Amino acid sequence: MRAKVHVFLKPGVLDVQGKAVEQALHGLGWSGVEHVRVGKTIEFDIAAADAAAAEAEVKAMCEKLLANTVIESFRVELA
Amino acid sequence: MKAAVVVFPGSNCDRDCKVAIERSTGAQVEMVWHGDTALPAALDLIVLPGGFSYGDYLRCGAMASLSPIMAEVKAAALRGVATVGICNGFQVLCEAGLLPGALLRNERLKYVCKAVDLAVVNSQTRFTAGYAGRRQVAMTVGNGEGNFFADEPTLDRLEGDGQVVFRYLDNPNGSARDIAGIINPKGNVLGLMPHPDRAFEPELGSADGALLFQSALASA
Repeated sequence: MRAKVHVFLKPGVLDVQGKAVEQALHGLGWSGVEHVRVGKTIEFDIAAADAAAAEAEVKAMCEKLLANTVIESFRVELA
Repeated sequence: MKAAVVVFPGSNCDRDCKVAIERSTGAQVEMVWHGDTALPAALDLIVLPGGFSYGDYLRCGAMASLSPIMAEVKAAALRGVATVGICNGFQVLCEAGLLPGALLRNERLKYVCKAVDLAVVNSQTRFTAGYAGRRQVAMTVGNGEGNFFADEPTLDRLEGDGQVVFRYLDNPNGSARDIAGIINPKGNVLGLMPHPDRAFEPELGSADGALLFQSALASA
């Protein structure tokens, strides 16, 4: 099974990279762009009995290592 | 007096810390590798040094906080052993859950390397007793992700309980409420972004950092 983990800073946490990218896009003429957030995606294969088991494992990985839940939120996709 | 400096792959202030502690206190300093599973016996001080542990990959300090030696560091800290995290070491302490909050990318996205003046907010800790009567000390910072963040209730609690130990007089990185260093409620785990290890002799521009190591080991 292939897991994709998306990690972003939480809405209340200032994303300075997102802000810089937003300003650059404005500078290039895309003035309608707002609320840019820069996050990361972590992909990996995982051996698991079924999707529910895989999801539980990946969530545990997120809480232990892949995300810092003080500042970040995460979303798991399995395929 | 015995201190240990933990060396992670990518630490680059580990030797500085050793020399700073030896010269300012005369203590014996042992280097401990991140993969070790035991700390030296009868330690009076544990230092997590600055640098770029694990290349700052994923998040600064994240992987270091889970390395084998950290289980021992956590256990020692919970027993009450004086523990200081400097710069990357502060990030490791936050990631390890030994201190609240996190260090974000600097507000202006720039790596900041300069001398800073700090207000000593709490000189009644075992690390800052030597600063009693001093309102201001000088050290240097060198960080790209030194922007301290915690939610508002946590910041209120830190301030209310005297856990804010150092504040920047001129905030270099956007840290919440100008916070440069915090301590745990028990008073034995200190994290700070400025480097006392780069300010332990007048030749370095400031000797104020020496007082921090002296205070930490005086209570040993």
